Amino acid sequence: MIRIEVSACDFDIGAETAKVAEQGGGAIASFVGQVRDDGNLDTLELEHYPAMTDKALRAIAEAAQADWPLHAITIFHRVGKLSVGDNIVLVVTGSDHREAAIESCSFIMDRLKTVAPFWKKETGSDGSTKWIEERDSDVKASEKWQK
Amino acid sequence: MGRSINLVYFAWVRERLGVEGEEISLRQGTETIDDVVNMLVERGGVYPDVLSDVSKLRFALDQDYATTESIVGSATELAIFPPVTGG
Repeated sequence: MIRIEVSACDFDIGAETAKVAEQGGGAIASFVGQVRDDGNLDTLELEHYPAMTDKALRAIAEAAQADWPLHAITIFHRVGKLSVGDNIVLVVTGSDHREAAIESCSFIMDRLKTVAPFWKKETGSDGSTKWIEERDSDVKASEKWQK
Repeated sequence: MGRSINLVYFAWVRERLGVEGEEISLRQGTETIDDVVNMLVERGGVYPDVLSDVSKLRFALDQDYATTESIVGSATELAIFPPVTGG
């Protein structure tokens, strides 16, 4: 089961994890990404390409499903204006085995950061704005999964 | 009747061009994304500043990633945006 959700609303980590667990397996891994406090951040705005986002996230989930024995995958990504400490992204994977759950969760996050059409714009406490730039470390992390 | 294509822009590409998207008629002989970008750059104004350095841009044809050499063909939507930064 693949569940993809892109929403301005927050997610319920417990409820989303329970939905994956219901699909069986007994090994559930999850990752939650939140807005980091860099000392000068007022809001973080997430823009996306609606017509492409679902397709791109589903393709990542399907690639994970092809490489690991998974019962369920949930990818929940937020868009719109967020503040420090707010949830941005949730990935939950369920498998019979711990390694498959953890590795596939890591794979999904690495790919998501370099492939899913989202863009982050920061507004500082002084009102200045800045588009976040792609990081080399994210590109390398994503490339390491290439076969 | 010439071909036309819908262009959609995101993040700083959208902000700096000042539009979310536009429909343009493709010139005779337009084959690749590079050809479309060159056509836009030739318009002058803000286009050369925003689109001249394609190493800073990413492209998607009908919602699939493409490169500057990709053939536009019968695609109906070309998206131009910076490298993604989600997650």
